Parts: sequence; structure tokens; C-alpha cells
Amino acid sequence: MKRRMVLPVMTLLLILAVVTMSSCGKKDQVVLNVYNWGDYIDESVIPLFEKVYGIKVHYDTFSTNEDMYVKIKSGGGNYDVLFPSDYTIKRMINEGMLAKLNIDNIPNYKYIADRFRNLAYDPENEYSVPYMWGTLGILYNTTMVKEPVTSWKILWDQKYSKQILMLDSQRDSIGITLKMLGYSMNTRNPQELQAAKEALIKQKPLVLAYVGDDVKDKMIAGEAALAVVWSGDAVFMQWENEDLAYVVPEEGSNLWFDAMVIPATSKHQKEAELFINFMCDPEIAFKNTDYIGYSTPHTEAYKMLDPELANDKTAYPDETDLVNCEVFDDLSDFIAEYDRIWTEVKAY
Amino acid sequence: MKKKWISYPYIIWMILFIIVPLILVLFYSITVRTEDGIIFTLKHYKRFMEPVYLSVLFRSIYLALICTALCLVLGYPMAMILNGRNIKRRNILILLFVIPMWMNFLLRTYAWMTLLERRGLINTFLNMLGFPSMNLLYNNGAVVLGMVYNFLPFMVLPIYSVLNKIDRSVIEAAEDLGANAFTVFRKVIFPLSLPGVISGITMVFMPAVTTFVISRLLGGGQFTLIGNLIEQQFLLVGDWNFGSAISMIMMVIILLSMGIMSKYDQEHEGGGLW
Repeated sequence: MKRRMVLPVMTLLLILAVVTMSSCGKKDQVVLNVYNWGDYIDESVIPLFEKVYGIKVHYDTFSTNEDMYVKIKSGGGNYDVLFPSDYTIKRMINEGMLAKLNIDNIPNYKYIADRFRNLAYDPENEYSVPYMWGTLGILYNTTMVKEPVTSWKILWDQKYSKQILMLDSQRDSIGITLKMLGYSMNTRNPQELQAAKEALIKQKPLVLAYVGDDVKDKMIAGEAALAVVWSGDAVFMQWENEDLAYVVPEEGSNLWFDAMVIPATSKHQKEAELFINFMCDPEIAFKNTDYIGYSTPHTEAYKMLDPELANDKTAYPDETDLVNCEVFDDLSDFIAEYDRIWTEVKAY
Repeated sequence: MKKKWISYPYIIWMILFIIVPLILVLFYSITVRTEDGIIFTLKHYKRFMEPVYLSVLFRSIYLALICTALCLVLGYPMAMILNGRNIKRRNILILLFVIPMWMNFLLRTYAWMTLLERRGLINTFLNMLGFPSMNLLYNNGAVVLGMVYNFLPFMVLPIYSVLNKIDRSVIEAAEDLGANAFTVFRKVIFPLSLPGVISGITMVFMPAVTTFVISRLLGGGQFTLIGNLIEQQFLLVGDWNFGSAISMIMMVIILLSMGIMSKYDQEHEGGGLW
């Protein structure tokens, strides 16, 4: 009897030993876990940060806000710095998932332009530092689309069957459909949502694919005529392929802000603030903006930009073009309705 | 009996990583979290019975069946070729057959994307010959192609290992008694290879019915299969309860199909991989 017990006990001890040992080794050096959108940074700035501060950065990427939110909510990842969008930031603040920033540790915050402070998702600027902003619109290939593009309705045009790329992101895809139908992107009206769902199902046979970051390769290669894209990606794709044009449809669209935040679970808030401050350093902010092509809220970085990009209406539209645009609101629990609609559209 | 303790590490492993997670999945699938705490409910299963989700289930089974049938049609002759009499040639063939499997599965699937694109290799070639471009990517065909390509070895190898074990003298006896090649195949080789065929079918059908990567990459997110539905519930929507319910339904389907299969596999010889 006794001998029989020895082995299971030994095995358990061994497992315990391995587990504890593997968690010990990391203590010498702080490792900062950063979780950002894919393709959303000039990756050369990370080694720069590591060299200056002697902090190791573990860099991971996500592809939609929902993706990131679910992971953080379920306790995965141990991240220290996140880059969510406006409505997700609001949701995370409401659910107590974010740590308050100590703005004294982020002196470079002074470079953020006034119009990007005190926005609705973080009215007191307690939790977030803006990173990039932009719009959502239609990118089209002028060799395949000869008519002027002004409305979301073109994405429902039979003529472009199997030449349309939609975003595989529920708030965005449902949002533009609501806009096309003349409703608000933040609607809580079940009838309006039902109409949007039916429109999306009707559109499905025309859609070539629902894509994420691969939209860039596809549009640059001329695989599709029309795509729903974020403005910054549009800038990048226009650099690579001159036939591409970007438009924010007249019905209005989504105006969005991505900002840097620290989750409440972070054990390295100081280092995380150091990182955020570093990202707001004029040189670094310029490097990132120049590399990814998105619109920066950073005054100094904007001044350093190539005039061609600084005057690009895709990235820096006039205020008049944005009158019909809306910022996404946090829908809190009502988001389940959007989840359901998107699941059903995709499953159909 | 003396060496029973050797199995303890595996038993611990099994409890930790198989039994406990299964219970968790089952628990999630029959509960819902409300403000008053967790209550038991069957509403997730009821939700799955809606036509939208049932159509996803049927689509998955339909595509997996097509894939399995194609794999069998392509794989059986392939296994026979591999089982050729020349040992040296046989080893080279097997090596050539297995080498592509060493490459990462995702990479291989991505490679198909660049081949099938509208301006991809195949269409460029067609254009050169004066044919118009075809829509090859993002349809059912592309998804089935990706599945067959990725799962074919799971059909060929079990059949091959069973064929390999067939006693040559049995075949020779049949030939001596005057059977022609076709009769030998029909009356001797094929019945003896059935265990391999059965395990090949199971090994192809199961990953095919649950795949989500192939349908996302080659189907362009339009062909939601049951795997995509589960992935979406867990990673995007965060509805773990509904996701768990779908997983349970999936497991029942797989168990059922394995049960049906094992009924035919009476000799329990297996195909070497099971």
C-alpha cells in the first residue's frame, strides 16, 4: 500500500516544483506586456525603449476590440499597456478594469492637441492617453469603380458582386449598415437593428470576404474593387497603390480614437507609464505616425510630418467632412444584441 | 499488475487536462450567469436549435462528408501505390508524401490563398493561355480543397499500414485459385483493409467537421462552420455558455459517428494509428 502512494505524491511534487521554479526566474528584470493592434507601431521603437530604460517588452497584438476585451476580462495575458478604442475604453472604465494614470509620470502628455482631450469616453482624462485617431470609410480602386463613390449604398450594388471586402468587426460592419439606413451607429432600437441585420444578410452574396488586416494585401494587389477600411490603413494602401481612393460617405461614419491605457491588474504601473510617456515623445510619436500612416493627435509629431501626409485629406479630414460622423458609445449589456446579430449574419 | 504505478502520471494528467475541463464545459453549457448568481438552464441548447445555427451544423457535416469521400477516393489508390513491392521506391514515396506535413499547417493553407487569388498563380496562368480569370477563392470549393489537402495523409497512412500487414500468401492463394486482379482486390484486399479505411474515415471526418482555420482563410469568413461558431463565441463575443453548449453538441456528434464506425470495425484491428 505504501509504495503505491509514493509515485503520485512524487509526481505532484515534481509538477509543483516545476511550476514554482518557472515563475521565479523572471524576477530579475521587469517585463512589460504590451497588447496592441496588429500593424500599429513602428516596431523599431520597442528595442529603443528597452535600451533606454532596461525594461524588457513583450509585445502582443490583437485584431479587434472585442477580441482584446474578452481576453482581458477572462484574466488572460497579464498585460500592462493596452491600446483599445473609445467605446471599449468607456466599457472598461465602467467595469473598473482600468487603472487611473498618474499624469505627473507622463509629462509628454502636454503634446496632445486640445481637441483630443476630455473626450466623452474619458471626460476627465484620468485613464487614457490618445495614440491615434481616424475615420471609417470606403477604399475603392478607381480602375474598377468608375462612378463617384459618395454613399455606403455602393456596397449593396449588384454591379460589384464578389468585389466587395467587408470588415470582420461587428461594431464597424453593423455601424455602417445602420448609417446607410439613416440610423445612429449607437442605436438600441430593436427594429433598426433588425433592419440592419436583414440588409447585411442581403449583402452577403455580394461580399468577397470578411477580412481583418489582410484587407491591405488584397486591396493593394487589386483583388477587390471596394473595401471598408480605417483611414490610416487607407493612407498606407494609397502609398502602395496609386489607383486607390478613400472616401467618408455622406451619410456619415465612425470617428474613432485609440488610446493607451493600463489595466487595473497591471503589476508594473510605473513602468507602463514610462512606456506611455515614451510613446508620446515627439521623435517616437513621429516615427510611429510616419510608419503606420494613421492620424496622430500629437502636435509636435504632426508638425514633423511630410507635408504631403500632413495635408492628406484621408488622414486629416476637414472638420466639415466629419459633421455626420459619430463616435461609438459603450452599449454596456446591450452589446449582446449586436453580438447576436453579427453571429447570425456570419452564420447565415 | 506489478507495474501499475507507471500509469499514475497519465491518470493525473488525464484528470487535470481532460476530465476537469470536460466537466467545466458541461457546467458552462447548462448554466447562465444572472444578477442573482448562476442558474441552471437549457436555453443555450434551445438557442442552437434555431434554423440559423442548425444550417451551420448541416453545412459543417456536409462539407466534412464531401471531404471524407474525396479523401477516400484519392487516398485508397495512393495507399496502394505506397504499398508497392519495391521497398526502396516505397520508402522514397512515403518520404515524399510525409515531407509536406512537416511544414506548418497555417503556412500551407496560406500558400493556397496566393495560388487561388484572382491575381494569383493559377489565374495568371489561365490568363496567359487566354482564359478569363475565375473566382477560385472564398467559396465552398476552396474550403473543401483546403480540407482534402490538409487531411489526406490521415486517410492514406492508416490504410497503408493495414495493407502493409496483409499476408502476401493470402493474395497468392487467391491468385492460385484462379482469381483475377479485380477479384483479388474485391474479395481479399479490400475486406482485409476495412479497419484501415474505417479509422481513416474517422481521422479525416473529425478534424474536417471541427475545422475553423481553413474555412476562415479559404472561405473568407463567409462560410461559418461549427468550429468558427465556437471560436467566435469564445474569442469575440465572450459568450462562453453558448460556446460550451455548441462544443457539447459537437462532441455528441463525434461520439455518435465514432460509435457507428466502430460497429463496422468488428475485428478491432485498428489502422495502427488508433
